[in-house]
Amino acid sequence: MSYKIFIPRDSSSISLGADKVYQEISNESKKRNIDINIIRNGSRGLFWLEPMIEVETSKGRVAYGPVTISDITSLFDNEFFLGNKHPLCLGVTEDIKWLKNQERLTYARVGITNPVSIDDYEGLDGFKGLKNSLKLSQENIVKEIADSGLRGRGGAAFPTGIKWKTVLDAPSEKKYIVCNADEGDSGTFSDRMIMENDPFVLIEGMIIAGLAVGADQGYIYLRSEYPHALEILNEAIDIALKKGYLGKNILGSDFSFNLEVTRAAGAYICGEETSLLESLEGKRGMVRYKPPLPAIEGLYGKPTVVNNVISLATVPIIMDKGASFYANFGMGRSKGTLPIQLAGNLKQTGLIEKAFGISLRELLYDFGGGSATGKPIKAVQVGGPLGAFLPEEQFDTPLDYEKFSEIKAVVGHGGIVAFDDTVDMSKMARYSFEFCAIESCGKCTPCRIGSTRGMEVIDKIKGGIEQEKNVSLLRDLGDTMVNGSLCAMGGMTPFPVISALNFFPEDFGLEKTETSA
Amino acid sequence: MTLSTSQLEKIQVHIGEYLNVPGALLPLMHAIQDDLGFVPEESYKPISKAYNLSVAEIHGFVTFYHHFRTHLPGKNILQICRAESCQAMGSENIENYCQEKLGIDYHQTTKDNSITLEPVYCLGNCACSPAIMINEDVVGRVTPEKIDQIIKEARES
Repeated sequence: MSYKIFIPRDSSSISLGADKVYQEISNESKKRNIDINIIRNGSRGLFWLEPMIEVETSKGRVAYGPVTISDITSLFDNEFFLGNKHPLCLGVTEDIKWLKNQERLTYARVGITNPVSIDDYEGLDGFKGLKNSLKLSQENIVKEIADSGLRGRGGAAFPTGIKWKTVLDAPSEKKYIVCNADEGDSGTFSDRMIMENDPFVLIEGMIIAGLAVGADQGYIYLRSEYPHALEILNEAIDIALKKGYLGKNILGSDFSFNLEVTRAAGAYICGEETSLLESLEGKRGMVRYKPPLPAIEGLYGKPTVVNNVISLATVPIIMDKGASFYANFGMGRSKGTLPIQLAGNLKQTGLIEKAFGISLRELLYDFGGGSATGKPIKAVQVGGPLGAFLPEEQFDTPLDYEKFSEIKAVVGHGGIVAFDDTVDMSKMARYSFEFCAIESCGKCTPCRIGSTRGMEVIDKIKGGIEQEKNVSLLRDLGDTMVNGSLCAMGGMTPFPVISALNFFPEDFGLEKTETSA
Repeated sequence: MTLSTSQLEKIQVHIGEYLNVPGALLPLMHAIQDDLGFVPEESYKPISKAYNLSVAEIHGFVTFYHHFRTHLPGKNILQICRAESCQAMGSENIENYCQEKLGIDYHQTTKDNSITLEPVYCLGNCACSPAIMINEDVVGRVTPEKIDQIIKEARES
């Protein structure tokens, strides 16, 4: 009989050598004449254990990791393909605490299935949401999404149901669904993991969105830094097309939907929805004025749903299990689950899908296991390069859009980057301005010029030049950028800068009292 | 730099391919760069003619996006992630190590034309920081030893 072995094809797993491990296991099995069947599954998201390989046994899948090519001989010597003991054996995968303590809804299939097997997808509830939706009126699909409490997972947290309702109600012959897959925030990789490890769930979500609002064309605007995701998405779209889930008269209905992937070109600003639309139209990614909202005048001036990958990938489970099933997770106005990405200086990095409400401390220490270097964690940045830096005294804040907003922080796209005590926070603040200067579209002055002036002011403070005057100038500049920028790029860059200044004045060469606002 | 006849022909073919595609400039520039390794400024005029845009608009488009290059890079492109997660794991050391070892700064190419060094702001490999990308391959948890190996392979390629 043949033994089933799973080796991930996620690009992070590959970046740690999964392809070489695959090659070596395959060679070794031939050499030893052992009949194995290797499946390239997705990653479970336990990246400190990657490449993590699994073996199918009567107890369920048994995991081994992190596997390097030098472990292969001993794995075979111990007959790992039977699920036998080995120093790298992690036991039954589903029993690993890290996985057990999660609530995987959007990521239910991630790491379990072969990403491009539509049979695997259908076998684990795939396309059930679409089939349910095809029986509903457009109003009722939109109502279900609204009742689920789903909010934009890209970072802005705008209620998805309201956005869809606006597009549904906008009279137009032509409408579009645009998936924002320009995941540029440092510390985030949840979009990439969906696209590489369960592309059909995104495709299904987009089809349902099209059905709900009456759009027949969808675009996935994918960042150019994700060549692996591009390949997998295109493969999955071809398969879905052949199976009748895309194209004309989907599943025999009178609904038709066409889906394409557009490669972006390395501009962070194009993650902003109006800049993204400009770029899709073949122009420079300059931010547009709002109103009009893209839901009324979006791509080529037509009503357009612009949603993040995770928002769209969460639609199928809501339409499968119902709005109240989803809304029962979470806290306050933050309903459902959030894919949290632990990154930076942590022992155990990876993807955790959890209901809203978990505290940063639990994430950093219970899941993350503390810093990778063993030093104290000095600060964390949540929500990408435009998110505030949080000091230890704020680690008990629960992950919730409103609670974060109360402390002038953002949940954003759920990325958490930890820094140990060797970090110089004035350097991080300066970098925030530098990044803004590099990535600004240049349309509005506070962002275009303020970012460069900001770097200079920080240099002066650090150089001990008229510190009091320059600190107040820096705060003033922050104010101007927050209130005078068109979009979040300039409008939020002061968040990391001012939080670094407030909580870590000593890194700027200041006394604690000098900086209090 | 003057383009060869075959390069000019290739550009014309791509221009034709995307004439009726909405938002054509993005896929068109990708097609040209994938094919020639860069988007030559000599392509601006024929593109502007075919798409009824000004040369300034084409120039503005190409130079807006970090991904597009107007000059031929070295045989291999080494991108080093400079974003926060990688910084938290010591990417600055990796940057310095690469620059010193290759004797070049960002946006430059080694004398033997084997490697062009570029910064990148997040590769989505933040759980395996610090990360770099060599051509289309991402490498995680990079160490100076891994860099040595990558540079060696790139020089031999």
